[in-house]
Amino acid sequence: MEFITKLLAATIAMGTSLTYATLGEIYTQKSGVLNLGMEGVMLMGALAGFATALFTESLILALLMAMIIGGFFSLVHAFLCVTMRSNQVVSGLAITMLGTGLANFLGQRIGPASNGFNLIGVNLPKKFDNIAVPFLEDIPILGAFFDVSILTYALYIIIPFAWFFMYKTKHGLAVRAVGESPRTAAAMGLSVYRIRYLYTVIGGMFAGLGGACLSLSFTPSWNDGMTGGMGWIVIALVIFATWNPGKAVIGTLIFGGITSLQFSLQAAGFKMVIPTQFLAFAPYLITFLTLSVMTIINQNHKGAYAAPSALATPFAIDDK
Amino acid sequence: MRLAIEKRDTKSRSMALIIPLASFIISLLLGALVLAASRTNPLQAYGAMFNGAFGSARRFQYTIVESLPLLMCGLGVGIAFRLKFWNIGAEGQYVWGAIGITWVMQFWTFLPTPMLLPIGLVVGMILGAIWAGVPGFLKAQWSVDETLTTLMLNYVAIGLAEYLYINAWKAPLGNMGTPEFPEAAWLPRLWGKIHSGLFIALALVCILYFLLYRTRWGFELNMIGKNPRAARYQGVSIKKNIVIAMLLSGAICGLAGSVNTAAIAHRLTRGVDAGYGFTGIIIAWMSGLNPFASIIVAVALAAITTGADALQIAMKLPESMGEVLQGLVLIPLLAGSIFVEHRLVLIKKETA
Amino acid sequence: MNQQTEQTPVVRMEHITKHFPGVLANDDVSLELYPGQVLALLGENGAGKSTLMNMLVGLYRPDSGSIFIRGELAEIHSPQDSMALGIGMIHQEFMLVGNMTVAENIVLGLKELPFIPQIDEIRKRIKELSARYGLQVDPDAVIHDLSVGEQQRVEILKLVYRGADILILDEPTAVLTPGESRDLNKIIQKMLSEGKSAIFITHKMDEVITFSHKVQVLRRGKTVNTCDTASVTPKDLANMMVGRDVLFSLDRCPYHPGGVRLQVDHVTVDNPLGSRPFLDDVSLEVHRGEILGIAGVAGNGQTQLTEAITGLIPISSGKVYIDGKEMTNATPLQIIRSGVSHIPADRGANGVVGDMSVGDNLAMKKYRTNEISHGVVIKRSFLRAFADKLINAFTIKTPTQDTCVKFLSGGNIQKTILAREIDSCGGILIAVYPSRGLDVGATETVRQNLILQRDQGNAVLLVSEELDELQMVADRIAVMFEGKIMGIKSVKETNTEELGMMMAGTEDRRRDA
Repeated sequence: MEFITKLLAATIAMGTSLTYATLGEIYTQKSGVLNLGMEGVMLMGALAGFATALFTESLILALLMAMIIGGFFSLVHAFLCVTMRSNQVVSGLAITMLGTGLANFLGQRIGPASNGFNLIGVNLPKKFDNIAVPFLEDIPILGAFFDVSILTYALYIIIPFAWFFMYKTKHGLAVRAVGESPRTAAAMGLSVYRIRYLYTVIGGMFAGLGGACLSLSFTPSWNDGMTGGMGWIVIALVIFATWNPGKAVIGTLIFGGITSLQFSLQAAGFKMVIPTQFLAFAPYLITFLTLSVMTIINQNHKGAYAAPSALATPFAIDDK
Repeated sequence: MRLAIEKRDTKSRSMALIIPLASFIISLLLGALVLAASRTNPLQAYGAMFNGAFGSARRFQYTIVESLPLLMCGLGVGIAFRLKFWNIGAEGQYVWGAIGITWVMQFWTFLPTPMLLPIGLVVGMILGAIWAGVPGFLKAQWSVDETLTTLMLNYVAIGLAEYLYINAWKAPLGNMGTPEFPEAAWLPRLWGKIHSGLFIALALVCILYFLLYRTRWGFELNMIGKNPRAARYQGVSIKKNIVIAMLLSGAICGLAGSVNTAAIAHRLTRGVDAGYGFTGIIIAWMSGLNPFASIIVAVALAAITTGADALQIAMKLPESMGEVLQGLVLIPLLAGSIFVEHRLVLIKKETA
Repeated sequence: MNQQTEQTPVVRMEHITKHFPGVLANDDVSLELYPGQVLALLGENGAGKSTLMNMLVGLYRPDSGSIFIRGELAEIHSPQDSMALGIGMIHQEFMLVGNMTVAENIVLGLKELPFIPQIDEIRKRIKELSARYGLQVDPDAVIHDLSVGEQQRVEILKLVYRGADILILDEPTAVLTPGESRDLNKIIQKMLSEGKSAIFITHKMDEVITFSHKVQVLRRGKTVNTCDTASVTPKDLANMMVGRDVLFSLDRCPYHPGGVRLQVDHVTVDNPLGSRPFLDDVSLEVHRGEILGIAGVAGNGQTQLTEAITGLIPISSGKVYIDGKEMTNATPLQIIRSGVSHIPADRGANGVVGDMSVGDNLAMKKYRTNEISHGVVIKRSFLRAFADKLINAFTIKTPTQDTCVKFLSGGNIQKTILAREIDSCGGILIAVYPSRGLDVGATETVRQNLILQRDQGNAVLLVSEELDELQMVADRIAVMFEGKIMGIKSVKETNTEELGMMMAGTEDRRRDA
């Protein structure tokens, strides 16, 4: 029981980070842009958040900086993909490279002089602590949901809002149309370029925020490569959630759970029947299988489960 | 008055040369900004990097050695790209190559030692081929998106490799990694640090050049990549060719993994996923799918990596500067690539 | 049907002229549309109907001339402008987002939409409009689950929801079954009774007769005639649409057809996305030393016929025989190997690989043979010699054989395709709209080559939209309409009127092979 609760707590904490980034990338991809730079953006967000918190002692400012930095990197990606219509895969990989390299580099150069300019091993004066809700936190197992940081509590509102925005508002309608059939959207008077820019940048801001959740709450420190491949799990999650913000949570809990299980087991010293590495790649395998099976089944029409039809396809207004 | 991007009448040769050069210069400038912001003299840093890459015979050898897996992955990915097929799974296919040769070296002891290496390389190629062939088939037969499937499979391969070198195939002593390969079966050295993987890589360049530019199959691949509808009208089978091209693509990336493991690490261990596959994608894109151009690009990117390595030793700067520069070079290149086929025009009055 | 009232025309286009590179699309065309009226714009492809209408909806601007809407001069610069004026167009290719619902498609991009669209209100309004006009459709249905007819109703609803009262429909019954066409008629009638008006772009006689009060016939960018539908016969219209009989013909050998080389036997090709099949029980034969022309306005199954024969699309039932051997649903390569050469429609998309050189494109048929290859290796020297030979023989104008073929003029691209296909022709040549978009000289070359092939004993299947071309070049003509063969006539025993009638949907009662 204790073990499960602990596992759930760890899952939720890691899941917070994952969820922010996933929600962001869902919107980006729904508008038709593939942003594979998640790993780099999240890492830069983590760095920006950590450094800002360290130097300004303001957690709010830290979050803001993380979002700005995340948004900036995604803006570059948007410029390359939307205006310059370049190869979205290569652009995403370039952003990943740039983001991870820069984060690593700056992480060793902008730290306090007392630590050799390194940020590694520095402690934060403040971090996002868990806030427990009395009574609710005592519920067996599910109580873990009520002893979390404010970043997670915020998600309890943001997730339903993200779903609502996508499916029940006119802006969500516009995003979906642009990602599915940009020609039709343009004919109906929507600006494909503007919408793609907007949601790519927003996606980046959320990814930056997700990164900051790691460095300011989950493991409040800075480490090289602290996202540890999370950016790629985010991509898997977007597919697994079938590009639906509502379903992102399910995926996050499952994938986050699998990953947390991996660490918890190692920590508890269990010798597992299923080796921990299998748990590490399980989310990707599951996503691969789900995607393949769903595509094979939905041959004639793409149901609600398919990728946006115009994903990663540049749109030029004069293309008829 | 507004700016618009318009299609050209011909491909601009001059742009195709200017843009990479300009991008390189821009990236150096941007990199200088980053260096300056971290209290480093950019000129000093770049000097150290250049020295680190080419300064001595040994450094030069390191650069070449580093360029070999990059080149091979770039070649492998390039085949798929010719068909406009996004093989993002090069990293995973590379890892399978490493797994393959480890398997042979460690367990196929019924073979005489001199046979271990060649068979190991072949097994690595086969495993890499399968890992690419599956998503290829899924795409050809059922239109399953290849970008996403190949991407996901990377991490499955990497995870599996980790399981093997930490757990199932681990050497009894030491923290991790499989037992070292028998020394007699290692890839022989050529000159200093450069190993005979060089021959293999260069041979690959020539073979691929021949295959892609001189054979009927290469002709067909070109047709499919540039206009699949017309290719079909001429009787070319799209499905079959996608699968064959992917098998070949995976085989080459697998070969890269086998060769590099047999030459450098001599075992399967942490760090097998060094990013050669991902960088290979970038090399394929940058070299415009021309095998000979890939050599130049691979060496250039390898130089940045080894240069950055030296930066750490010489100036105590993080070697991640190399990654930063590589990322920085790509951005203007990506932005600029549109100008080969398009140009910027000023539109004066709306003529709807 | 309503009487035309003496009021201000709701749309008046005066002396509209529009040029495109190389082509005069509209030549001093004037048009009037009155409230409560349907005007049919009749003409073949390329007559200028769509271009004219695209100017009403803001996609093009006229080079000269003016447009008056409800008596006032209108400057229509964009689709938004035309929507603001109450003009709406339904294109042949629907502008709908497949995986969204009807309601979502209808309100997409609507400026007055609130942040949270009130779905109930929208549904109510849709249902109201549906009931009013007979546009039965479920607002919550997803577009790709709907039939083509239902999708068309959604397009109409889109326009009506936004207050359009000038509707332009582009070939509206092209994709409908007879039942759906009747329903469309009822819908239009209801709209007219409210004072809305409509313009139908069409090439079909029955559409003109059923729906319109007035018909304006365009040919080659000019207005041929404008009259009340009630006062003309289909024969007159066919004549106007298609032009006078051609009096001369090209030099050729006497017509002595040999054995059957290509036989199409009761072939049906289903349309997975629609109710009407692409090809419906089509049978025909092409003999040695003969050109069989396929007439009919584009979009009636001609392309599908050629693709079915060449193995590019699956045949649902029926058989195809090449030189007596059954080749139904064979692969394209097998068909090519049995001697069939194919000059496809849309040369840029299907006939050449634009980014490859002229030489490479010329070699695309024979690269597998030892004229160009030595085993698996392509011998560049052979290829170059081969390409030079063809470039000379067909006088293809290109800077070098290494120039990318997409930079050549349309005529030279077509010559490249001609050269390749004719050189490798093993007995059957299929040419689809080969002179489309070509100038006089290139057109002449194409026709001469087709006749030459026929004189040499090959069997030629020629699909063309231009009756005069067919009358000049073909020995027999089969007319296709809505996937069926309306009739097959010997060229000497028929005339333009008769062919025009068949092209517009009237079946030939006396069928001779």
